[in-house]
Amino acid sequence: MQTMSQTQTPDQEPVFQLKGSMLAITVLELAQNNLEGLDRQLAAKVAQAPNFFSNTPLVLALDKLPAGSGAVDLPGLMRVCRHHGLRTLAIRASRIEDIAAAIAIDLPVLPPSGARERPLEPEPEVKKPEPAPAPPPAPAEPAIKPTKIITTPVRGGQQIYAQGGDLVVIASVSPGAELLADGNIHVYGAMRGRALAGIKGNTRARIFCQQMTAELVSIAGQYKVSEDLRRDPLWGAGVQVSLSGDVLNITRL
Amino acid sequence: MAKILVVTSGKGGVGKTTTSAAIGTGLALRGHKTVIVDFDVGLRNLDLIMGCERRVVYDFVNVVNGEANLQQALIKDKRLENLYVLAASQTRDKDALTQEGVEKVLMELKEQFEFVVCDSPAGIEKGAHLAMYFADEAIVVTNPEVSSVRDSDRMLGLLASKSRRAENQQDPIKEHLLITRYNPERVSQGEMLGVEDVKEILSVALLGVIPESQAVLKASNQGVPVILDDQSDAGQAYSDTVDRLLGKNVEHRFLDVQKKGFFERLFGGK
Repeated sequence: MQTMSQTQTPDQEPVFQLKGSMLAITVLELAQNNLEGLDRQLAAKVAQAPNFFSNTPLVLALDKLPAGSGAVDLPGLMRVCRHHGLRTLAIRASRIEDIAAAIAIDLPVLPPSGARERPLEPEPEVKKPEPAPAPPPAPAEPAIKPTKIITTPVRGGQQIYAQGGDLVVIASVSPGAELLADGNIHVYGAMRGRALAGIKGNTRARIFCQQMTAELVSIAGQYKVSEDLRRDPLWGAGVQVSLSGDVLNITRL
Repeated sequence: MAKILVVTSGKGGVGKTTTSAAIGTGLALRGHKTVIVDFDVGLRNLDLIMGCERRVVYDFVNVVNGEANLQQALIKDKRLENLYVLAASQTRDKDALTQEGVEKVLMELKEQFEFVVCDSPAGIEKGAHLAMYFADEAIVVTNPEVSSVRDSDRMLGLLASKSRRAENQQDPIKEHLLITRYNPERVSQGEMLGVEDVKEILSVALLGVIPESQAVLKASNQGVPVILDDQSDAGQAYSDTVDRLLGKNVEHRFLDVQKKGFFERLFGGK
């Protein structure tokens, strides 16, 4: 065994290293399936900000096209973008025909979600470029979406959604109430309702509560109901909930 | 400035009508001109509790529909100068009420009375919605048990989001918690939620705690609001509640198991 490991040592010299990285990238979100219109409007944008359109990497988002827009001519679309200095790296799509078209020309497909366009640690997240036929003249800078802060008790039957950001509740959350956020959820009163963080798939979202007696906690779709939560020795304590792989971890704050 | 008070709960059978009758009567006893309006169209009870069921000619729905004027429909209480009742219709259902109609009647009542007490039906549908929609203050009646607390919680959510004050972004409805049918003995045995538990779950200011009492049933059957039975614990607790509603600082009573005898508490000491 030892000899084997010796012979393997030179082979184990790493040739590469895999790294996770977050890039601000321009997303061109198609609102209409209209190549001529796109060509014209892009030309107008280029005239405004020629520097921006020089070999700019681009993700083509086809997932916001209205239903029934017909098949997208993907090679044609990429040609138009290329012509204006935008280089398509991947598409974002949900329709099966778009995905098939991308696979046919060996173009990567990203899932149809904005949640991946967020940075890692500091809470502020990358704002999605406005849905427009062309990106704004200024490069898509990371922008902070204001955190939603709730100061009155959240009652059963109420639902509060912090779209694109974090949710902070400084009051109690009753059973039957539902907190939703694309980012993290913080509850500083008694937490007796449901909390769903990272609902658009952000697996790095977390839930923080001072007194965790929730009916349900969920991060990016992975959830635990109170029947399981109650068995946790941290039931009722100040905890944070995070996701690693597909396991929800509950740790003391 | 006249105030519209709604007595509501979400759940049925917790004591809304008993409370409306007691609080309306208590306000009138203290010299405030008060009307109690029964919003429970189709299942009217307030007139029975108030003991005026034989004098109902016109009702709330008649006034809303313009079939009678307000003066014809208001029933004057025989015991108190300042107290009136507007009965609900027994033959119609809650769809007979419209928002415009209710608003018109309530605004007219506000001109004549200091307090308009709205006795809400159970549920969160149209009748209950209209009863609370125009309110300035709400008394949320809760029994110390989980289903009632949950329904009250839902109702508090609606008060904060679906009332006229909420929709017009005015000051929110002032919320009061009234715990009824409270039995300290059963609380101490762990069969009932305690006052602190209910307060903590609902996070609303406590207006009063009414003990479970034989006097309530007796009063209902006789058509005498229980607050007029000043010998009873429930009557006294309602009396304290009305004082607190009017801004007085009164200590809560009847929260603990009585070690001493019932009569000693009534007649002995203070």
